[in-house]
Amino acid sequence: MSYFEFLSLYWPRLMSGASVTIAQFLLGAILTAGLALVFGLMKMSSNRAVKGSAVVYIEVFRGTSLLVQLYWIFFVLPLFGLTLEKFTAGWVAIGLNAGAYGAELVRGGIMAVPKGQWEATTAINMSPARRMRRIILPQALVNMLPAWGNLMVEILKGTALVSLISVADLMFQAKQTNASTYLSAQIFGTALIIYYMLARFLLTPFMRWLEGFMARKLGRA
Amino acid sequence: MFDWLFVDEWFPKFDWRWDYTWEILPRLIEATGNTLIAAAVGYLIALVLGLVFALAQRSQSRVLTFVVREFVEFVRSTPLLLQIFFIFYVGPQFGITLSPWVSGMIAIGLHYSCYLSEVYRGGLDSVPKGQWEAAIALNMTTAQTYRRLIIPQAIPPAIPGLGNYLIGIFKDTPMLSVIGVAELVHTANAIGSETWRYLEAYTIVGLIFLALSLPAAVIIRAFEGFVRRKLGM
Repeated sequence: MSYFEFLSLYWPRLMSGASVTIAQFLLGAILTAGLALVFGLMKMSSNRAVKGSAVVYIEVFRGTSLLVQLYWIFFVLPLFGLTLEKFTAGWVAIGLNAGAYGAELVRGGIMAVPKGQWEATTAINMSPARRMRRIILPQALVNMLPAWGNLMVEILKGTALVSLISVADLMFQAKQTNASTYLSAQIFGTALIIYYMLARFLLTPFMRWLEGFMARKLGRA
Repeated sequence: MFDWLFVDEWFPKFDWRWDYTWEILPRLIEATGNTLIAAAVGYLIALVLGLVFALAQRSQSRVLTFVVREFVEFVRSTPLLLQIFFIFYVGPQFGITLSPWVSGMIAIGLHYSCYLSEVYRGGLDSVPKGQWEAAIALNMTTAQTYRRLIIPQAIPPAIPGLGNYLIGIFKDTPMLSVIGVAELVHTANAIGSETWRYLEAYTIVGLIFLALSLPAAVIIRAFEGFVRRKLGM
């Protein structure tokens, strides 16, 4: 079978896998952003209980493997009475894992905002919530966006692990096709190229564009 | 004392069994050894290969620089899991059969060498240009200059970045379980499928990872501080 025959035969399968991968990525990325913001801010809190719980979350999820977390959420959490469907377990695990890394990025981005900005908001009598939302966070976002570009690629790569709890993503479809055809070089090679295309020609350019867009919004470009 | 916490209505099937825990613990500790070996071997491969990739990207040959640069980008933006499958299954198609350990070590070593090459690159770029000029003045060959002047100066500033990836590689070793390397997660899977009890095995594996990676992070941070002080940074 030539490579083109092979492609025409298995392309639909790979595409259905790729769409599941993209869905997992998007849901995981949204959860990551939310958790990162919440726990990043919590870690900067002066309340010890709030700060402590953020530290525990970050250290636990950064200190163990994504695969272990995924298995734990999928196999052990049901024993606590919380059963997640495999698709949900996949992106929740990815989001929880990457959120811990993202929280540190949020904290770093906020700390990199010059001190004068904080003092100025105090001088014009802004409330803490308003200060965060209007002054600090937009600048912190621009500071941390380059690092988020890398984290987004890590999230996309992380989605491949959901195949191990049989979510039918690109990795899973590649594995299944390999098991029935033994055309390993073709199928795994094609899957590698699809992942590469997604990361290099969709995700990275989008993050670059977002960096430029946000910088222009702040008048920094 | 905490019995009230474990009311059946709250945790329907939650029953941690200590006798079972002690029964599986030796197997998991043995597997921890394999995980550590896999991480160490993978890291050594990555340390050497990463330097090779970093040096190749500084070569005079435009073609070599371009090919290595694109290869590094490719490996960095595709999933390690898929790379592991690729290396394990593609070999036999062409008559080369690699054992799970060998292909796992190649995959993880190759993957991380691409990350480490970026760290080395930063270190190499930080060596002042005057060092090169001095080497030319002394009539040293390029190879000599790299070996005796540039690399020794490039490594210390790269150490903090290198240390973080040691923990990274350690946390990625569970992916080797998919091709049958008997590390922690593989062993936990085996235990789970023998007895249909996943609670203890997976929880212990998580705790082992925490117990190893948290102190490792502290040690690496202390070592970073030591190197920085030595360098006067």
